Order: sequence, then C-alpha cells, then structure tokens
Amino acid sequence: MSTLLDVRNVSKRFTTGGMMNRRSVQAVEKAGFAMSAEMPEIFTIIGESGSGKTTLARMILGLEEPSEGEILVQEKRVDGRAGRASRLDFMANVQPVFQNPFEAFNPLKRIDRYLESTARRFLPDPDRATIEAAMDAALQKVGLSLAEVGGRFPHEMSGGQLQRAAIARALIPNPRLLIADEPVPMVDASLRMSIVNLLRSLRDDYGVSVIYITHDLATAYYISDRLMIMQRGRIVEIGPGHAVLDTPEHPYSRLLKAGVLSTADAGAGRLSIDPDIIAAAETLSRRPGRLEDRDDGRRVMVHGSAPNAAG
Amino acid sequence: MFTVLHDLVRYNIEFAIGLGLMTAIVIFAGLSFVSPVDPTMVYLAIPDQPPSAENWFGTNSRGQDLFWQLTFAFRNSLVFGFTVAILSRIISIAVGLTSGYVGGWVDRSLMFVNDIFVAIPIFPVLVLFYFVFRDDLDSFRLALIMACFGWPFDARLIRSVAMGLKHREFTRHAVFAGMSTRKILFEEHLPYVMPIIFSTFMNNMLWSIGFEVTLAVLGFTDINEPTVGTVLYWANSHSAMVVGVWWWVVIPIILVVMTFLGLFLLAVSTNEYIDPRSRLRRMGA
Amino acid sequence: MTDDILKVSDLKAYYQMNYYGNNFEVRAVDGIDMSVRRGEVYGIAGESSSGKSSFVKVLAAAIRPPLRLVSGSVRYDFAGHPIDLATADARDIEAIRWKHLSYIMQGSMSVLNPVRRIGRTFEDFASRPLNLRGRAFRDRIVAHLERLKLPAEVLQAYPHELSGGMRQRVTIGLATVCHPEFILADEPTTALDVVVQKEVLKLLRDIQKEMGAAVIFVTHDMSVHANVADRVGIIYAGNLVEEGPTREMFSAPKHPYTAHLVASLPRIGDTAQRPALDGRPPNLAKPPPGCRFHPRCPLAVERCRREAPPLETVSPDHRTACWRWSEVAPLVDHGMRQEVVR
Repeated sequence: MSTLLDVRNVSKRFTTGGMMNRRSVQAVEKAGFAMSAEMPEIFTIIGESGSGKTTLARMILGLEEPSEGEILVQEKRVDGRAGRASRLDFMANVQPVFQNPFEAFNPLKRIDRYLESTARRFLPDPDRATIEAAMDAALQKVGLSLAEVGGRFPHEMSGGQLQRAAIARALIPNPRLLIADEPVPMVDASLRMSIVNLLRSLRDDYGVSVIYITHDLATAYYISDRLMIMQRGRIVEIGPGHAVLDTPEHPYSRLLKAGVLSTADAGAGRLSIDPDIIAAAETLSRRPGRLEDRDDGRRVMVHGSAPNAAG
Repeated sequence: MFTVLHDLVRYNIEFAIGLGLMTAIVIFAGLSFVSPVDPTMVYLAIPDQPPSAENWFGTNSRGQDLFWQLTFAFRNSLVFGFTVAILSRIISIAVGLTSGYVGGWVDRSLMFVNDIFVAIPIFPVLVLFYFVFRDDLDSFRLALIMACFGWPFDARLIRSVAMGLKHREFTRHAVFAGMSTRKILFEEHLPYVMPIIFSTFMNNMLWSIGFEVTLAVLGFTDINEPTVGTVLYWANSHSAMVVGVWWWVVIPIILVVMTFLGLFLLAVSTNEYIDPRSRLRRMGA
Repeated sequence: MTDDILKVSDLKAYYQMNYYGNNFEVRAVDGIDMSVRRGEVYGIAGESSSGKSSFVKVLAAAIRPPLRLVSGSVRYDFAGHPIDLATADARDIEAIRWKHLSYIMQGSMSVLNPVRRIGRTFEDFASRPLNLRGRAFRDRIVAHLERLKLPAEVLQAYPHELSGGMRQRVTIGLATVCHPEFILADEPTTALDVVVQKEVLKLLRDIQKEMGAAVIFVTHDMSVHANVADRVGIIYAGNLVEEGPTREMFSAPKHPYTAHLVASLPRIGDTAQRPALDGRPPNLAKPPPGCRFHPRCPLAVERCRREAPPLETVSPDHRTACWRWSEVAPLVDHGMRQEVVR
C-alpha cells in the first residue's frame, strides 16, 4: 500500500516576544497520521481555536516549516522553500481551499482569472480551447458553469458559489489531495450543505482525498471516513469517524460532543455541560500521554500516572 | 476612460476645480511651443513695463516679456516635477512591493539601502552635485538625482501595505493558482497601492518643484534655463520688489499657487476615486 | 404579563446612496410586522444581507445615514417610558439606553475599551443610570459579577488579559447590570468555541430568566435558536417570512425556506443525505417580484412569481408568508426526541 500523505511525528513551536521575555508556544506536538493513495477518503481534523489544526494544515501545504519531524506527499518531502519547479509539482497534487470565500478571490479582479491561471500553469499543453474546456469541466464538477462564472466579480456571487468556484479552481490540476480549512462557517446557512455535499461527491465521484478541518462535530460526522481530535497541539483521539463521535473515549472528545448544540430538544433549552468532564479535559491537557490502540481501530491518548479520570 | 472623467467632473467638485486649474496651467505651459520669442535672449523688449495689452504680464528688468518667459518656465518645471515623480514612483513601487511580499533577507537588505537614503541629507548632496557638474547640471540630470532621493519614505509606506496583502487569503490562493511572484505583485497587489502612489505622486511633484525653486533662487542650478526657480532667481538678483517691478514676483507666485492647489485637489479626489473600497462600492458590492 | 414590550408595525428602512451617478436604494427592511412579549427570548435568523442586521440597527435606535427609516413604527412599552423610535429624539433615546434597552454585540472588543480596566468601563456605562457611586456602586457590580460567575478581580483587569469567553461574559454583565427590560443580542456567541459558546448561552439564558427581561437574539445559527429562543422569526430579503414557537419551527416549519434551514443541520448519529438549497439571496437593490424566495423555491408556482404572499396565521402564534404553506413538509426527520447528550 502506497501512501498519499504521511505526517511523521511533526511538531511546531512558535517563538514570540523579544530578547527579554522570549516565550515559545507549542502549536503542534508530535502529530502523526497517514492517508492511503489507493482509497480516497475524507479525513477530518477537529479542534477548537488554538488546537493547532490550522498550523498542521499549513505545514502540509508547505506554508510553514515543521520544527521537528517531516511530512511526505507521495513519498516526497514537503518543502516550502524548494525551487519553483518542485513547488509547482507539489501544487499539482495538493491544493488548498481557504476559509473565507469572500477573501479567496481578489475583490478587484474577475473570478475566472484564477481558474485560467491555474489551467495555464498546470495543464500539459495549454491553448485557449483546452484552458476553457478545463475551466468549464472543473466548474461543472461543482455544479457551476463557465457561462455563470466567466467575467464575474466576487461581489456578484454568493459565498456558497464563491466557495464552490474556489474548489473548482483547486480541481483543475487534478490534485490527489484537497486541504479544506474550515470551508463552511463563513458561508450562509442555506448554502452550507452544498459545500459539504460537494466534498462528499469529490471523494465518491472523482476519487479526490480531502482533509477537512473544522470545529463542527456534526458536519464532521456527516462526511468523515476517519477523523482526529486535537487539543492544544496534541492528537487526543484518532480513528473511524462514526466510532469516535458515537462513543468518544477521551474526556476532551466527550467534552466537545457535550458542547454540541442539539436541535433534537428544540425549545427545551438544555444547555448544561457536566462540570466533571470540563475539569477532566482541562487537567489531562497538561499531563503527558501517549496514543494507545483500541479494538475498533481508533487510537486514544492515555495519560500516565493517575488513573483515567474519565471514569 | 472618458466616462470615468465625465463622472468625476460631474460628481466631484474638488476634481472639477483641480482639473480646471491644471488644464489652465498646462495650456499656459503649452503656449511655449508657439512662442514668438526665445526665452534665453535678453533685451528684446523695453524693460520694466507693467502689465498692459501688449505685454500681458509686463516685462522684466532684463527686457524679456514675462508672459512668454513664464510659459517656458512652467513647461520646464512641470516636466521636471513629472520626471522626478515618475522615476521615484517606479523605484518605490518596485522596492516596496518586493520588500513587503518577499520578506526575509531580501526585505532586510532593501530596507537597509532604503534607510541609508533616508539618512543622507539631501540639500548638501545636491549642492555638491552642482559643484561637480557646474553648467552641465541641466534640469534632466537634476531630476535624475532628485528621483534617487524621492523614493525611500514612500517605499516604506508601500511595503507596509504589501505586508498586509501578503497575508490575505487571495494572495495564497494566487500562489496555488501557479501565478509567478511578478504577476502577484503587479496584478494582484498593485491596485491596492495605487491610492498611495497617486497621492505621493502629487506630493512628490510639489516637493521636487519646491526644491528646484530653492536651489535656483540660491543659484545652484543652470540659471540660463527658464524655470519657476530661475525666474525668481533673476527677480531677486534685480531686487524686483525693491525697484517696484512687483509683477515679476507676484505673477509667478500666483501661478505656482494655482499649480500646487490644482495638484493637491486632483490628488485628493482621484485618491478617493481609485481607493479599492470606493471602487467596490461603485461596482455595487 | 403577556402584553407586548415591543411592537413593530410595517417597518421600512432603506439604504439610500448616491455614488458617482449610480443611485442605490437598498430595501434592507421592507415591511416587517412583529412583536415581542415581556420576558421572552425572540430569536431572529437570517443570512448575510437578508436585512437582519439593519433591522437590529433600527431596533437599537442606531440609524445612521445612509440607512433611513422610511415608514412604520417601533414602539417600546417600557415601564413609565413608552417610546416610539420613529418619532423619538436623541434625548428620549439617551434616557432609555442601558436602563431600559441594552445591547450585547458580537465583538466584545467594540464595547470594551482596550486601554481601560474593566472596572472603569463599568463606571462609564452604569454609574449614571444606576445613580450609585463609590463603595455602593462597587458592591453592586461585584454582586452582579458573582451571578455571572466572574471573580471581582476582573474589575482590575484589562480586556486583553481575559479569555474570549470571559470577555463575552463581561459584556453580558455590562448589558444586564442596570436590569434593563429589553436586551438586543446580536450574534453574541458567534466567535466563541463550541464548549464556551454553550456555557455563555446558558449563562445568558439563566440571567434572562432571573431578571425577566425580554431578549431579541440574533444569529444565523439555527442550532443556537433551538436552544435559547422561545419563538423564532425568519428574515429573508428584508421580509419576515415565518415566525412561530421554536419547537414548531423545527418540527413543522410552514415556509419552504425555514424547512431548508432546519433540514440542512446535520446531526451526530445521522448520515442521511442533507438537501442543499441552490441559488443566492436576492440583491435587495432589485428584489424579484412576487414572493422574494420564489427563484430558489422548490414549490414555486406562477402565482408566487406575481404576488407577494401576506403573513398568515396558520396556528396559534405561528405565522408564515407562503401561498403553499399547507404543502410544506419537514424535509428530513429532525429527530425531535429527547436525546440525552452525555
């Protein structure tokens, strides 16, 4: 089995402050996981703000250099400072979708400009006709068309349409892996599902693997094959999506699930969270631990010395 | 382009006034091309004549018709200011955008050079150049030298905007769309620094024309070439105000004030017009 | 205690702009009729550019050009201080601020001055309306903070020294310290992490119950409404398209737009395909004729393209603006069961 993406024991420290009060923040600590090249899947990274999920995504894209460990895409090391040719090679395989669709396109420029540039750069022999065909084909995959998008400015389209156009742009080089960093929250409620369903169809119909980064457990449950939960830079639980979210084991995973606002008892206003879970998640976040295998394929962080406080 | 002008004139009173003033000055300067007299010749007219139907702006103590003399002076000064502004804008855009976007050691070394130019005292250096070149210091050479000093402050300003743009999502998006650095700088980021470039363009013109006047009045330029500065130099050396030839000083100053006011109003109004935010609003966002 | 504290009738507020010869008239609020009862939480949902934030601006008496109140009335019935914002002047409005009508805004930083200690901010806001000073004032504030589970030390802190959740609790404290009768909460928890969000919502709900204040709670997030609102009103393209008791809105929506909003919320434990609604919200500078939802509506018929439907009462407390409301059915089973989250 060959790997599409291999994240090996990656850590990232940021140092802030001047000479007097130098502080270092551990954004990501010894993160490791792999994705197979044969089986396209949606792999979700769940975490709150400050969990390191975005830093991890930026490292996979080569926008940030890991402090320790390495990241391999199709057996080649990701290196943001490599020459232009090898970066373009990398971009042909891995493409990002950013968080804010209104920011993803230069507001002063036409949207199709980004699609055209991508096609011109990544297609083997780009002439006018093939470029337009590729743009249209990619837009068709996301439920748009060149006739709708061509010549339009970003402010003329909805957030949902823009996000889909951004995904279409990312699909033009036929990448194997799409990294979607919180692609949904900035999109209007009525249009969100169109994005989430699209990620699903990319996997099922076009064989693209997706790393979906979110803080929303409900959409994660809806589309993930596998997922991992990060707390302050550490992976606390990783495994099959449904198994982990149906019965989360680590206290922090359970806390996140308890934080989900349920619509099942609409109008009843049940908002309390068990304070024990909050306390357990908080204490364990400071304690060292290591990931242990479970029978259902998940791995959970167990913390040494004290017995599991989840009890 | 025409509709843009039309809109601006119709809906922006500052622009209309600024455009009116500058058009008048440019036409005035343009009249130099049909001038019947050679501005370098002296005693072609009766000296010290006040403004009259024959000599609209009067004549000076050197026997020159001031109207035609000033058309040449304004043409030369405007061309001078324009040259300095354009050249120094080119340098500041290139340095500012590159420095802000690329960052790292490129940024550090460019800003090191930048700071050296900020620190060098410009006036003594220009005087030094005058002593080196002497009569070869024509206004084009002076413009080149001034351009070398006119960019560093604006380059820093542009750099700070470019640093903000670097972290906008559309920049990263453009990188992953395979755009080259040059394309990102000049097609994605340039529109955002255009307002700065415009306003500093006008400022720079004002600064360089003002500097030229200073140097000329002190006699540190080629005094045989008519410019706003040299006109005042001659007026001063003939003690124009003392001997009562007031029009030799007052008329050029009124015209200079008109020029400066016109440039200023154009800067303010076009600035508002090309600001990305107002551009977006006009597009109906 | 069932009378209305706020009554909005036929409210129209437009943005009128003239920009280099392009005249814009954006009909952000276009004929809204609604009322809020004493002591209830009324949720307002709507997407970006639906007009909901303009509506809130009008309710908060924060109408600034280019936004203009075109017609209608906004009547608050405060104890001893009835006021109609459409006709009130600045002095009247100043008299009700904070004491009767207060706000919780999305960015806590916009209320909290970053270079002033929290205690000073409390003084600025509340000292005059409460008519207290010195020791007595401080005791009152500390007692109030205790309710919000905030230690008295926060009064010595600067805003940046507090976490996002703490800051938002402080703004809730500011909004509630004068015991107002009406609170406008505009996306107060949107920027918070899920766990903190739930805690803050609970706190807000508890203190509201305790004080008996009426709240208008604005958010685009339907799952928040499900948990805090007594009634929910949906705004689409400047119109109120449906309002009703929260539970009914989720179990039996009577407007196709509501049905879609509710159905598009995925749920843990359920992977059934969720429907997506296509198209985009209309441009309020030139809204479509007839029902403004018809270009995106799966049930649209010829009549919807011509005539705008009125807000019709379909059951007690439940009103909808749809010609075909009787045919609207929930799109997915939304699991209205007593799920125990544990």
